[in-house]
Amino acid sequence: MPGQPFIEFVDLWKSYGEGEAQVNALAGVNLRIGHGEFVTIMGPSGSGKSTAMNIIGCLDTPTSGDYKFMGVDAGNLDRARRAMLRNLYIGFVFQGYNLLARTSAIDNVELPLIYRGAGRRERKLRAEAALELVGLSDRRSHTPAELSGGQQQRVAIARAIVTEPALLVADEPTGNLDTARSHEIMSLLTRLNEDRGLTVVMVTHEAEIAAYGSRTIRFVDGHIASDVMNKDHAHVS
Amino acid sequence: MFLETVSLALSSIRRNALRSFLTLLGIVIGVAAVIAMITIGSGTTDKVKADISKLGSNLLTIRTGQPPTPGTAPVRARDFEMKHLTALEANLAGAKAIAGASQKTVRVVYGTESLSASVTGTDADFFTVRDWSVTSGRTFTEQETRGGIPVCVIGETVRKQFFGSGNPLGAIIRVARVNCPVIGLLESKGTSGFGQDQDNVVMMPLQAFQRRIAGSNQVETIYVSANDGVATSEMQTRIETAMREIRKIGPDQEDDFNVRDQTQIANAMSSTMGVMTGMLSAVAGVSLLVGGIGIMNIMLVSVTERTREIGIRLAIGAQEWHILTQFVVEATVLALLGGIFGIGLGLGLAALASYAFAIPFNPSLSVIVLAAGFSAAIGLVFGFFPALRGARLNPIDALRHE
Repeated sequence: MPGQPFIEFVDLWKSYGEGEAQVNALAGVNLRIGHGEFVTIMGPSGSGKSTAMNIIGCLDTPTSGDYKFMGVDAGNLDRARRAMLRNLYIGFVFQGYNLLARTSAIDNVELPLIYRGAGRRERKLRAEAALELVGLSDRRSHTPAELSGGQQQRVAIARAIVTEPALLVADEPTGNLDTARSHEIMSLLTRLNEDRGLTVVMVTHEAEIAAYGSRTIRFVDGHIASDVMNKDHAHVS
Repeated sequence: MFLETVSLALSSIRRNALRSFLTLLGIVIGVAAVIAMITIGSGTTDKVKADISKLGSNLLTIRTGQPPTPGTAPVRARDFEMKHLTALEANLAGAKAIAGASQKTVRVVYGTESLSASVTGTDADFFTVRDWSVTSGRTFTEQETRGGIPVCVIGETVRKQFFGSGNPLGAIIRVARVNCPVIGLLESKGTSGFGQDQDNVVMMPLQAFQRRIAGSNQVETIYVSANDGVATSEMQTRIETAMREIRKIGPDQEDDFNVRDQTQIANAMSSTMGVMTGMLSAVAGVSLLVGGIGIMNIMLVSVTERTREIGIRLAIGAQEWHILTQFVVEATVLALLGGIFGIGLGLGLAALASYAFAIPFNPSLSVIVLAAGFSAAIGLVFGFFPALRGARLNPIDALRHE
């Protein structure tokens, strides 16, 4: 997508510790992701991929350099404003699903709308629509303990998209699932990316899963080692 | 939003029902103590006031000595005797009735039955000053009083014990080995505010009592009731003047007697109750403080346990104040629940006590509302710090928490 980049890192550093013990998780990374892309991030542990994802998701801020999200200087926003950005524009999917225990599927999906201050009726309608989209309308009153791993992850995806965000950040969403379930989840994410123009940034360890993306970025030692458009991607035109 | 937070708090409390209940005990006990104490206290005060007004509002009581004051040597007091009583009767203007009385608890026997009763030696005026009448028979005649003839007017409890449904009049009972015909039956007064049975009594002429039972010439108490239209304060001054004259107390000497009206006795009573209420309140206060610390502790545990949940909430866009509100509301609801249990328990105890001691049960709505409000405030104050700790968590660390 030409023009203003959706996500932009400019000479971005993230360091932990001080002096001798200082570790650079990200060491001067430059990166641009356009609106509607499906980007997978790979790399060994400690390569900085999780740090990059946390910054993209506005959960963390860079030590130096710029992070621009939708043209906003998100790297220098305070806690409250980043929380607002996350609530309005970003959906999260985690490896461990991270649903609230002993809370029904529909209540879990409604949660982000509560923090947005939406009314009860609007929340019900939108949460039901989101559950329908992930094919779990008939499980709306089930608690996470009563759902399979794949179903839990689909509830988590419903929760992430119920606010109609611009960006979906997924941290190894298939890490706890078997192959069949993993492909179900990936098809769902691909569909959301294609049908709704949802930008997806996903961290994964598995090349097979990464292949669902249109672009794969590989981190090594806080640098981008490779950044390739995925030829196998069935829908790359 | 607020209702959701409350229902969230309730479900979280329900999930840990036992732990929540144990945490609440401090507050339950504290609030129950305060509620029970205040309710019983106000019931007792009402009962005592009612008893005192039954005694007659224009009644004055004269006793020897002075109530002890801290830091001064007690006044040496000579006993009242018959001559003081006679002199007072001769010199006091405006009195409707004057009666001397002495009292002793002795064994009273009739046939094979016996009981321990309060025996009072007095004269016919006693029944006027104490506003106490006989329901059958009569009181003492002038002759019986002056001659010290042992005759008895008995209370309802004594009658029931000895005669059941039979007629007591004319029967001869033995009061501390003195044979004493029953000439009258007193109207029933029930239990006093201090828990005494006021009907377990025997009355006889004062001189008979002094000679045959007490073995001394002492008159313990002199009761005076003022004529209608004579103020008790005025009467009190007149009594003091007359008594100083009779007892030959010099102008620079302290009174060796005291005159009190019923309001003063009532006030002394309520100030004693005030001290007791104050002390118990302090104990209740400590209990509530401990309860508050308990809540703080449990909320810290709750925040730690739910670190991951906090992380999820923060990640999907909850603001700090959302998390803060969630946990503060939870602590407040928890403490309020404790308060409500405490109020229930306290009222139950008070109802039980009012039944056992025959005092009125009058719970005060304002005290109940205050107790509920105070417990909620404890939750608010002690829940704030743990809640703040939760709200300030870093979402990334919180999400990683196992």
